Amino acid sequence: MHELSVAMGIVKIAEEETKKAMADHVTVIELEIGKLAGIEFESLDFVWPAAVKGTVLENAERKIDVKEGLGKCADCDAVFEIQHFYDSCPICGSNIKGIIQGKELRVKALEVV
Amino acid sequence: MCGTCGCGSEENETKILYPVTGKGHQKDSNGGAHSHGHGHHHSHTHDHSHGNHHHHHDHDHGHDHHHKTVLEVERDILQQNEIMAARNRGYFDAKNIFALNLVSSPGSGKTSLLERTLKDLKEKIPFYVIEGDQQTMNDANRIATLDVPVIQINTGKGCHLESDMIHDAVKKLNIKNDSVLMIENVGNLVCPSMFNLGEHKRVVIVSTTEGDDKPIKYPDMFHTSDICIINKIDLAPYLDTNIEALKNNALKVNPHLVFFEVSATKGTGMENWYHWLEEQVKLIPENQ
Repeated sequence: MHELSVAMGIVKIAEEETKKAMADHVTVIELEIGKLAGIEFESLDFVWPAAVKGTVLENAERKIDVKEGLGKCADCDAVFEIQHFYDSCPICGSNIKGIIQGKELRVKALEVV
Repeated sequence: MCGTCGCGSEENETKILYPVTGKGHQKDSNGGAHSHGHGHHHSHTHDHSHGNHHHHHDHDHGHDHHHKTVLEVERDILQQNEIMAARNRGYFDAKNIFALNLVSSPGSGKTSLLERTLKDLKEKIPFYVIEGDQQTMNDANRIATLDVPVIQINTGKGCHLESDMIHDAVKKLNIKNDSVLMIENVGNLVCPSMFNLGEHKRVVIVSTTEGDDKPIKYPDMFHTSDICIINKIDLAPYLDTNIEALKNNALKVNPHLVFFEVSATKGTGMENWYHWLEEQVKLIPENQ
């Protein structure tokens, strides 16, 4: 259940940024999470209320921009969608690829008051 | 609340402990007395400083409390862990310490592999060990009987080690220059993959009893590892596991993996792993 560590990381960032902006609390939080980032979205939903309780995020609306996995084949340069790390290039069958999208795990923006 | 498991009680906090059967090396061996819950206190501190913030705000008359402001934060969520991992790595590099992070599911033989390696190589290479488990001093006690300096991190309900725990543990270990640090992570093939500890190489251990599709069932760990040790090869004849299929599955996830096939209890295949380890230790000065 590393999602709780992740949720606590989000809370920490929100607390710091809210304080820095001299604001009171967060109304909207925008997250960017890739499908290959190792986050189970249902687990994140499960731990979220406990993680944000009593923090600036307690009543914040959460928006998640889910990024699809994209790989670039190291052999033929084809760019293709990947669901799993073991997906091979659909053009040439190579397993050697760079992940160019899908590992994102970041707080994009906060709307604070 | 603690950042790993959401627990609120002291009992479940991260503790860093010295083994009870150590034969020296440790300056203090009074077991659980040195509990230290460092990492878990961050969130508390911030909750409190948030309270202070209200105080500041009261004096800020020019600010519109109801005005909505959008902050373009763009911050990585695991940034804190990465920063502390980079600090650990800098410390290791400065002292010529080669650090390995051993990861696997529970019961794959991490501790047995470690015991065998330490027993066979400790005269050639100075080793230090950090043991991570949710509970008990058992693993640290096993290592301490080999006369190797070891420290135990009990994560409570936590499912993985984080870089700030290593930072604290390393300070207590008092590691000498030109040595090897073995970090045995919590037995868990999922969560530790996301947490860089500052190690030079990540070693995933998988045993033949786990089946040959483990790498594609738990791809994240294999994707982030450098070395894959296949343990319990002596049991393969009694199992349906196909070692070649296991390797192929792992290579699909990570084509750069380097394999060693061993039986840690019987000693089979260990010499290749030892050879690699000795090579790496020799290479440290050249890599920097």
